[in-house]
Amino acid sequence: MATITDRPSATGTRGAKPKRSKAVSLSERRPGFVVYGILIAFILGSAFPFYWSFLVASHDDAKFTADAPLLPGGNFFHNAGRVLDTIPFWKALGNSVLVSGTVTVSVVVLSTLAGFAFAKLRFKGRGPLMVFVVATLAVPTQLGIIPLYMAMAEYGWSGTLGAVIIPNLVTAFGVFWMRQYIADAVPDELIEAARMDGCSMIRTFWHVCLPAVRPAAAMLGIFTFMTSWNDFLWPLIVLNADNPTMQVALEKLQSGYYVDNSLVLAGTTLATVPILIVFLVLGRQIVAGIMQGAVKG
Amino acid sequence: MTTELSVARGRGAEPRPPRRDDNDDIGPAKLSWRYRLTRLDVKFSPYIYIAPFFVLFAVVGLFPLLYTAYISLFDWELGADEQEFLGLGNYTELLADSQFWNAMVNTLSIFAISTIPQIIIAVLLAALLNTALRGRTGWRMGVLLPYVASLVALTIIFGDLFGVQYGTVNNIVEWFGFDRIDWQADRWWSHVAIATMVNWRWTGYNALIVLAAMQAIPRDVYEAAWVDGASKVRQFLSITLPMLRPTLIFVIVTSTIGGLQIFTEPLLFSPSAGANGGATHQYQTVVLYMYQSGFQSLDLGYASAMAWVLFIVVIAIAGINFLLTRRLASSGEA
Repeated sequence: MATITDRPSATGTRGAKPKRSKAVSLSERRPGFVVYGILIAFILGSAFPFYWSFLVASHDDAKFTADAPLLPGGNFFHNAGRVLDTIPFWKALGNSVLVSGTVTVSVVVLSTLAGFAFAKLRFKGRGPLMVFVVATLAVPTQLGIIPLYMAMAEYGWSGTLGAVIIPNLVTAFGVFWMRQYIADAVPDELIEAARMDGCSMIRTFWHVCLPAVRPAAAMLGIFTFMTSWNDFLWPLIVLNADNPTMQVALEKLQSGYYVDNSLVLAGTTLATVPILIVFLVLGRQIVAGIMQGAVKG
Repeated sequence: MTTELSVARGRGAEPRPPRRDDNDDIGPAKLSWRYRLTRLDVKFSPYIYIAPFFVLFAVVGLFPLLYTAYISLFDWELGADEQEFLGLGNYTELLADSQFWNAMVNTLSIFAISTIPQIIIAVLLAALLNTALRGRTGWRMGVLLPYVASLVALTIIFGDLFGVQYGTVNNIVEWFGFDRIDWQADRWWSHVAIATMVNWRWTGYNALIVLAAMQAIPRDVYEAAWVDGASKVRQFLSITLPMLRPTLIFVIVTSTIGGLQIFTEPLLFSPSAGANGGATHQYQTVVLYMYQSGFQSLDLGYASAMAWVLFIVVIAIAGINFLLTRRLASSGEA
């Protein structure tokens, strides 16, 4: 929240960039091998659990506990096959894609619409309502899960994907994020011009606002997708084992009397691959988004 | 054009509708119809656009929270025919419940040993990333890697790495000549293990947030300090850190709200312990205890009281942080 007051510094970031290369000799030198060494160590540490999970998944369970090998074995596809037999893997994957996809589209559209209204339209109560939106950021909705569960049970939605999707259709963070961006990125003159040409509000939104906010909308989309993909507590409560999301299915894989490491970690490896691919493709935008969003709040 | 349109600057994007007598092309009846439509559009569209958020928040955020307060006043068992009114009974029982206090202490302990090292390392890492690195985006992506991975998958992986008999972490501990540690049974070490998972996941993300704030610090301040002969370390302590204060507090506030609700890590840390949080609840957190009371013991009234106590603690700590933020931010500017 503090960073809201930091607005001027956002332009400072952009201004500083071209200056950097000229000012290198004065304020910063090229870092030495110590810096690279520490960073490499840090990233190896970051990557290690992924590698280790694949390592265990590619070995036979009994063999692995005897002595710890450092290279992958050839059993990965066998173990992956056992995962597919144990949990409804494809169904869970499909459910997760469906839930996260729906939530992402909905959050982006509804947040952009609300952000547009808060940033560019004049209406009574705009200020207090925006303050209210920001205040709700601090309310942990997780703590309301008991009545929410009771409501879902009452209406017969327990066990359905709708129960996971509906509570997440629009977020305070999304509204706040889009408002900040639209206030900066869409010139008032453009909206005035569209209105003078006889555009209705919704057409103005569609033809003027939406094309201008694509970068911020993409960022919000990626974040929402990741958050939704990783959501665990609520899906665990409201879904059952036959119709799980990926996270719930993984948990079921582990909770037996005998824990078969190769099986469990083959499951985690399989579940991690899609999200790693997304990261490799969109990582650049994710990083840029964090760098930008951090300053703005 | 005979239609006169003027836009009052500052009153926003609302064009004044064409006046009747200005226009010859469109008949009066049609004009007034369009005029009214435009006015309705201008007047009500904003409310329609913001409505989804407020309706949804009311239904899935505010109402459940208030209803949780209502339930917490009853002996509300799932499936029972009648709910007995207890007043503040659940709360008095809760405050006398040693398992609840144990869970609260665990939550605060895990929170402290995850947040403090995490933020220190994040700041140092951000300082390293703020140098003129080659392949800048690559390093930033590398640092962010843990953030994107599935939380459940990673918790399972870490639970395995911290295994007592065959765990890799214990192999390393032994290799350095120390005794193997019982990461699950020992209260303190189980907190360390869980905090490690949290730190592993969030340090890089926080480092990027801090890095963004570092880059917003004007270069000339450093140049002036450099001319005055201040060393790198001195510059970091006297310029970088003070100017990062608001961002640091922001990071602390967000970690507070997240950290106090920690659930997945302790639930999945050891496959056999489940919602118990270990044989003696040595790493059971408040949300985990709430989950156990509500959805395993089916005592919804008691779990609701717990949710509200935790809610008040979260708001209180977030409020303290907010006041702190304002003070530090203003003193930073002066």
